[in-house]
Amino acid sequence: MILAAQSIADFLAGITEVIAPGKGLQYVLAAVIHAVLLVHAFALSPAIFIWLERKVAGRIQDRLGPTRVGGLFGWLQSLADGIKLVQKEDLCPPAADSLLFRSAPYFVCVASFAAFMVLPFSAGWVAVAADCGLFIILAILSLEVFGIIMAGYSSGSKWSLFGGMREAAQMVSYEIPLAICALVPVIAAGSLNLGEIGGMQRGGVHNWFIFHDPFAFIAFFVYFVVATASCKRAPFDLAEAESELVGGFHTEYSGIRWSFFFMGEYASMFAVCGIASILFLGGWNTGIPPLDDALYAARNAGASGQGSAIVGYLANVLGMLVFVSKAALGVFVQIWLRWTLPRLRIDQVMTTCLKYLVPISCFLFLGATVWPLLLATALQRSTWTPEALGVRAAAELRESVPAADVPATASGAVTAVEARQESATEGAVR
Amino acid sequence: MTGALMLSAAAAPGGSVLFAIFALAACLCAVAVVASQTVVRMAFWLVLSLGSTAALFFLADADFVGAAQLLIYVGGTLVLLVFGVMLTASGPYLKIATSPGETILGAVVALLFLCVVVASVSGVTWPEPVAADAGALQTASGNTLRPLGLAFLGTRPDQDLADGDQLSPGYLLPFEIISIHLLVVLIGAAYLARAKRRAVGT
Amino acid sequence: MSLSAYLLVGAVLFVCGIVCMATKRNGIGVLMGVELVLNGANVNFVAFSKYTQLGLDGQIFSLFVIVLAAAEAAVALAIALNFYNNHLTIDVDRANKLKG
Repeated sequence: MILAAQSIADFLAGITEVIAPGKGLQYVLAAVIHAVLLVHAFALSPAIFIWLERKVAGRIQDRLGPTRVGGLFGWLQSLADGIKLVQKEDLCPPAADSLLFRSAPYFVCVASFAAFMVLPFSAGWVAVAADCGLFIILAILSLEVFGIIMAGYSSGSKWSLFGGMREAAQMVSYEIPLAICALVPVIAAGSLNLGEIGGMQRGGVHNWFIFHDPFAFIAFFVYFVVATASCKRAPFDLAEAESELVGGFHTEYSGIRWSFFFMGEYASMFAVCGIASILFLGGWNTGIPPLDDALYAARNAGASGQGSAIVGYLANVLGMLVFVSKAALGVFVQIWLRWTLPRLRIDQVMTTCLKYLVPISCFLFLGATVWPLLLATALQRSTWTPEALGVRAAAELRESVPAADVPATASGAVTAVEARQESATEGAVR
Repeated sequence: MTGALMLSAAAAPGGSVLFAIFALAACLCAVAVVASQTVVRMAFWLVLSLGSTAALFFLADADFVGAAQLLIYVGGTLVLLVFGVMLTASGPYLKIATSPGETILGAVVALLFLCVVVASVSGVTWPEPVAADAGALQTASGNTLRPLGLAFLGTRPDQDLADGDQLSPGYLLPFEIISIHLLVVLIGAAYLARAKRRAVGT
Repeated sequence: MSLSAYLLVGAVLFVCGIVCMATKRNGIGVLMGVELVLNGANVNFVAFSKYTQLGLDGQIFSLFVIVLAAAEAAVALAIALNFYNNHLTIDVDRANKLKG
């Protein structure tokens, strides 16, 4: 059955084995299909969020925003903007280093697009199911800084240079609390695999990691603030501070090159809000216990072939819609913040990061590691929720680690999982 | 599923095409680093070269090392280098001119050195990896995170203790030493590079 | 995708790094050569980790190399900045005060 295939590659194998047997062509085709799907996600999210930004900005400022293109709500405005930008003249200032000037937008774009590779949109719906997925996302998002520096330096203009340097300092500094706050739910989950982390949060709102311990609760808000800063959104948007720096690092850019920067920015806003929703807000799980259990059962039944494959597929589609709406809610809050709060000065930005957010995140990290010890000694439990996290974690890990990945000698990795399971069930059996 | 995917991707034509692309990119960008005339362009080519090297690491099933390369090397060390370039540039795009004779001599020496290295490396028959079940790590899937983490904590789940050949202790002590080392070195470097009054001409 | 292909890439990176270190007059350029050399070594480590019995140890060593390279780049850059602040040039040929 078409939809019962474990992955797109398995589905294609039926066709490619007939055409070109044994050459592994289905993996190449599966990669191409994943890439096309992700390019659509990457390209559509800026289009939608730019429209949303203009409407929300308009409403906050007591006006309407775009209303003409595409009917009553102006929802085709992004398309009109895109057409306008594409047909603009391709300028490169004479004082600019043309190789670096031309290639800087692509660094930003490629970095934020590549982050979508390891972002799961639903249970099992991820292009690359890497064991260290969160680490890979943090690594790829840190590549944007280089594009900003190149843009600022190579434009040959002092506004660009100042904006680029300030922006690079800000983004590099904010990577530290971003990584530390992203690690707080990882301590709770015991895995860097975003698919596993999302899967562990099923079964109800009380299982979401934001409610796992008070440190994770605070960590969500700190992470959100830091993610807003690292996407260079207001109130941290000195790089584009129109009132101070003309345009910051993108002063000399026009047309489609300028729009590449903003595609990268909105896409990375969606990516970091997606990461926040997987790490803290349950990802693709709805949070309503009976609904979650029904979807989980439907998904498993569809995958194993015992139930209807179409219902399993639709369960995954519903999960994807839940995930996208959570991430979109995060982006909406970021847009709201932009048009509500005044901009911070560069020294205030750096002070906030280095003097306040880094110590706070270190404290949260320390607290999150000590919390299970506190629970175990004071309350003789492993979590405050009815079902011990370790039981669900072990089930998730057992599902996601196929037998071939386990080292052959009955050895430490397997016993490590079993040990964690045992200690968790000890906690569960109160 | 990932394991099977990676293994087959390695065997499939797609895998070796990707390897060829990234290997070529890494080598050509490294040559471009040497050949560039401006320091900022050298940094640009170096970023591309190190990024391609990270892709090669991903292809060699070393996911964690590849991600660490991107995060630390490209996203950290190179940004530091570029900041250093900008802080020490006394003029825009200062050119580093080398005479043609020096260029040719440098190229010849480099080629000879490369031939020596390649000849010495290809003259060795490297031991084959042990076949699956003798305690070797199943890194084909790229899931090296837990084994690496445990190795840094001093345990080696990927090794068979009964096989005396393979015994290697965990890396707890070097891990601790390197943590303190990094802390001390970075504090020292930050102190050394603090803003001082600049000398008025020399 | 054999071992020798990876070793060739590592050799090319290493040689480019050596030539960069030897021929660049800019101090930061020399540092970039050092980074290339260390990367060539890393490629070798990871290739041996995959294709021989070295196993996990190769990847652990390459992680150590990455961390140490970051530390060394920071110190070298601090020295270069100090030199620039004192002499207003980063040209390595001008660093000849100790010449006899």
